[in-house]
Amino acid sequence: MTNELVQSPLFGVTLTLAVYALAQWVYYRTRNVWLNPVLLAIVAIIGILMACDISYADYSRGGDLILFLLGPSVVALAGPLYQKKDEILKRKMPILIGVFAGAVASIVSACGLALLFGGSRDVVLSLAPKSVTTPIAISIVEKIGGVAPLTAALVVMTGCLGAVCGPEFCRMIGIRPGASTGLAVGTAAHGIGTARMLEVDRLAGAVSGLAIGLNGLMTTFVLPAIFLLFGE
Amino acid sequence: MVRGLAILCCFQLLGELISRAAGLPIPGNVLGMGLLLAALAANLVKLDWIEQAADLLLDNLALFFVPAGVGVMVYFQLIAREWLPISVATIVSTFVVMAVTGKVSDLLEPEEGSHDK
Repeated sequence: MTNELVQSPLFGVTLTLAVYALAQWVYYRTRNVWLNPVLLAIVAIIGILMACDISYADYSRGGDLILFLLGPSVVALAGPLYQKKDEILKRKMPILIGVFAGAVASIVSACGLALLFGGSRDVVLSLAPKSVTTPIAISIVEKIGGVAPLTAALVVMTGCLGAVCGPEFCRMIGIRPGASTGLAVGTAAHGIGTARMLEVDRLAGAVSGLAIGLNGLMTTFVLPAIFLLFGE
Repeated sequence: MVRGLAILCCFQLLGELISRAAGLPIPGNVLGMGLLLAALAANLVKLDWIEQAADLLLDNLALFFVPAGVGVMVYFQLIAREWLPISVATIVSTFVVMAVTGKVSDLLEPEEGSHDK
């Protein structure tokens, strides 16, 4: 009977909501950036599933329902973008060139470092689109011949890292708060970074959301060119 | 609220449709965001039709990534096998991207824009 319950979508939904609510409570209590609610919830849920010997397939029946809401949420980013359109249009060039520089830096540094530290071809190719939002990263990696599931995992890890340290790191190295920080975190850490920036301020969040789409587009076209240049 | 959600889903569906029909490398939701932005700018959709639903979703955006993150557990072995190149490249590159993007944007940004909070 318990098996049936675990396999119902209710299990994954309840586990995700309950653990996330708890993680949020811990985060707001402690204000410790390392206790980022997304990171904390992911680690806790993986721990619970492993401890109870529940498969990811069982969890995902409910998990997928929550994941589904990501789609309309990306569309919803049009709202803050529209509200901040004047401030964004004023910054057209810094935004376009900034994301372009970030997209190139991401591919070169991720692939370069992976090669340097002895990564296999699969790993190097799968790392290339790690800063791009999941659906675009998957379609890119399928084209260049990496391992799509590995890329999906790397994208989420990159996003968590950017969300946890992004705003603090940008302040530390003197990047201006607001649009520039939003652009930096959105370019590096896609949607998970944007979620954090939306908490910080609405303009930073809007610019960060724009960077998700722009970085996805630019990486799609820049990546094959860079691979051609370096002969892989 | 329901009207807003319906509009958001309509635009995502429209995005998916165009993305598939034209074989574009852009996913439907990103295309849907662009289409909705165009519709808002053209005054075909009013901001207050979607505002409530959009705020509800965006205020909880981080939650929706949790199931994707839990998916990492399926690839533990793959990641464990090459943990060194994977962790160095992921961590260092993430900081490199933020530094490059932020600094380039700061350099090119009109000075008067810096008064934003």
